[in-house]
Amino acid sequence: MSHGPADDAIAGRAPGDRPVLDPALAPPFPIAALPVLRNLQLRKNVAHATDVIQAKRAHLVAEKTDWQQLRTAAAGIRTHALENLGAYLEQFEARCTAAGGVVHWAADAEEARRIILELLREENATEVIKIKTMTSAEIQLNPFLEADGIRASETDLAEIILQLGNDEPSHIVVPALHVNRGQVREIFARTMGLPELTDDPEALTAAARNYLRKKFLSVPTAISGANFLIAETGSVAVVESEGNGRMCLTLPRTLITLAGIEKVLPRFQDLEVMLQMLARSATGERMNPYTSLWTGVRRGDGPQNFHVVLLDNGRSAILARERQRQTLRCIRCAACMNACPVYRQTGGHAYGSVYPGPIGAILTPQLTGMRYAKSLPYASSLCGACYEVCPVKINIPEILIDLRAQVTDQERHEAVRLFDPMYLGMRIANLLFARAWLFHAAQRMARIGLRVFTQRDGWIHSLPGMGAKWAQSRDLRGLPRQTFHEWWARRKEVK
Amino acid sequence: MEAQYSDSDRWLYCIAVMRASLFITCYNDTLFPETGRAVVRLLERLGVELDFHPRQTCCGQMHANTGFRAEAFSQARRLVRMYQDVDALVIPSSSCVAMMRDQYPALLDELGDEPLRRQFDALLPRVYELSEFLIDRLGVDDVGAYFPHRVTYHASCHGLRSLALGNRPSRLLSKVRGIQLIPLANIDRCCGFGGTFSVKNSEVSSAMLAAKLQDAFETQAEYCTALDNSCLMHLGGAMHRQCAGMKTIHMAEILASTQDGEAQA
Repeated sequence: MSHGPADDAIAGRAPGDRPVLDPALAPPFPIAALPVLRNLQLRKNVAHATDVIQAKRAHLVAEKTDWQQLRTAAAGIRTHALENLGAYLEQFEARCTAAGGVVHWAADAEEARRIILELLREENATEVIKIKTMTSAEIQLNPFLEADGIRASETDLAEIILQLGNDEPSHIVVPALHVNRGQVREIFARTMGLPELTDDPEALTAAARNYLRKKFLSVPTAISGANFLIAETGSVAVVESEGNGRMCLTLPRTLITLAGIEKVLPRFQDLEVMLQMLARSATGERMNPYTSLWTGVRRGDGPQNFHVVLLDNGRSAILARERQRQTLRCIRCAACMNACPVYRQTGGHAYGSVYPGPIGAILTPQLTGMRYAKSLPYASSLCGACYEVCPVKINIPEILIDLRAQVTDQERHEAVRLFDPMYLGMRIANLLFARAWLFHAAQRMARIGLRVFTQRDGWIHSLPGMGAKWAQSRDLRGLPRQTFHEWWARRKEVK
Repeated sequence: MEAQYSDSDRWLYCIAVMRASLFITCYNDTLFPETGRAVVRLLERLGVELDFHPRQTCCGQMHANTGFRAEAFSQARRLVRMYQDVDALVIPSSSCVAMMRDQYPALLDELGDEPLRRQFDALLPRVYELSEFLIDRLGVDDVGAYFPHRVTYHASCHGLRSLALGNRPSRLLSKVRGIQLIPLANIDRCCGFGGTFSVKNSEVSSAMLAAKLQDAFETQAEYCTALDNSCLMHLGGAMHRQCAGMKTIHMAEILASTQDGEAQA
């Protein structure tokens, strides 16, 4: 009895019914947004959390007088790395290997999962501890390992909340952003058997620490992601706030790092720019609390077996498209989702992807080769807030529009689109806009046609077809008796 | 007009008389003719000789933003050709100006029509959003307007970010006699219109709209103004639905209002 209401409150869903973050299976964005829009608690949590992070970020960006130069530098570093990606990846592989690491290349999610599973089997692992890594969520690693009898235990506080709460991440930096303190208390009390637990932050972190210490001390294999791979030295960098990642990176015998191929930086000194941008943009901190950097294996210190799995999974196809390549500059700071007025209303689950918000709306469909998530490029009002805050200057609105054109080009020749109101309307509008006389005739016809719907107060309160979507929350003023060009022509005559 | 002047006199004429062509935009022509009439009243009062090309239709923004690039091509081509000879092109809609500045270059490059691209490059510096035209080209911020009402200004995203209008709107509004300006909270947050977004994602759009309305209603202003009627159609439509005591009004109509003939529609 005590579980039900809390489960419902988290995502507005039936208990046990997890949000779908697989782009191949997720419903289109407008549909997926509906249950979230009804969930006022979740929307309140998301608005509050993004407001707090945004305010902190704005404060720290304002104190940086060279912020715009830093953005230019960061975009330049990332662009250069992507333009020479092959060379830098090979350099990373050579330096990492020389330092005792083993580098694996995975063309897609399936290959990456298989490589990781084989490595874990060699270790006879039955459990693996994990640092927060969205890339592992992208390849749906946890359910795959569980199916093979290996328990994947998250160690990031937010990921623990989600794992124990049978939930999914809704944000790439703060995965449990949609869950509030009271809900965390409920999940911990229920799953850790602590009925007396209070929602005091110290009590909650103490409960998590107690749960985690046992894992850190007993599980000898760990999986991490990577914030950056450094070609020059063959090093891997992970930044975090809690220190649980540091535990995973140092205590186990074997460490497997899964990283997208785009994560590479040419030089060690590039971190100077990137770490400044990342911490300020992501959490509104001058410096993140923990920055872990390691290079291969050091005898007698830290993990003695170190593997890096370099994941493509659609990335080189994005790289091949000149206008959309900038998508891969992303350093996963999530500033775009914190700033996004759409994300603010819907949270992350509506995007049906581990990458939500504006960056998810451009990255997800591209990662699937434009096969799935085709509603995501339309999940934006193109307000440009994302571009404004992006530390590596990804012009997200421009890419959203490009992807919409790609979707339209795919669909426009399908027979069903002949009767699709959107396609029909756009085609007719194009005919009208090309010929002024036809446009003017259509204006006159609309004026007469809409008279039926126009009430005595001169406003339209309901409309059929596509117009019904407009009239859901908005009235429309009835068409005026005279268009502007008619007025202008009359005025000239009188003159 | 020009025929009356010899070539050598023509530049003198240009200095003496500011001339501009008005691109009213498709939806203002159809739905908000009062905005166009206000622009004409305002600019003629300031001594601008206005011209209006009767065959104008649309800039192609709706098509481009919905993914119909081929259709947007033809609109862009049509518009650039139509206005290549104007002294200045005034557009009382920030998103249509943003369409031209942000999207036309790439669209025209894709078309591969180099003469057209050159025509566009020559035209672009003469394209002005209304507040840009008043402040940057005419050099006025006091247009002699009188509007004795409580007003809040909504900074449409395209005006705010793409055009970077900055303090131009507030400079213009602050010089209006009798006006009481009330700042809108979260002014940089989108109202949720977004063109076809408002229909394709109408539920999310309505949720964004509700948040914006809450901020607007808290100002207790009589009017919510902007430089883009598309946002105002969305906001005003909801205000009417909710029987709110607030109305929307394009800024041109405020600036056109004077003491002797207040907001003659």
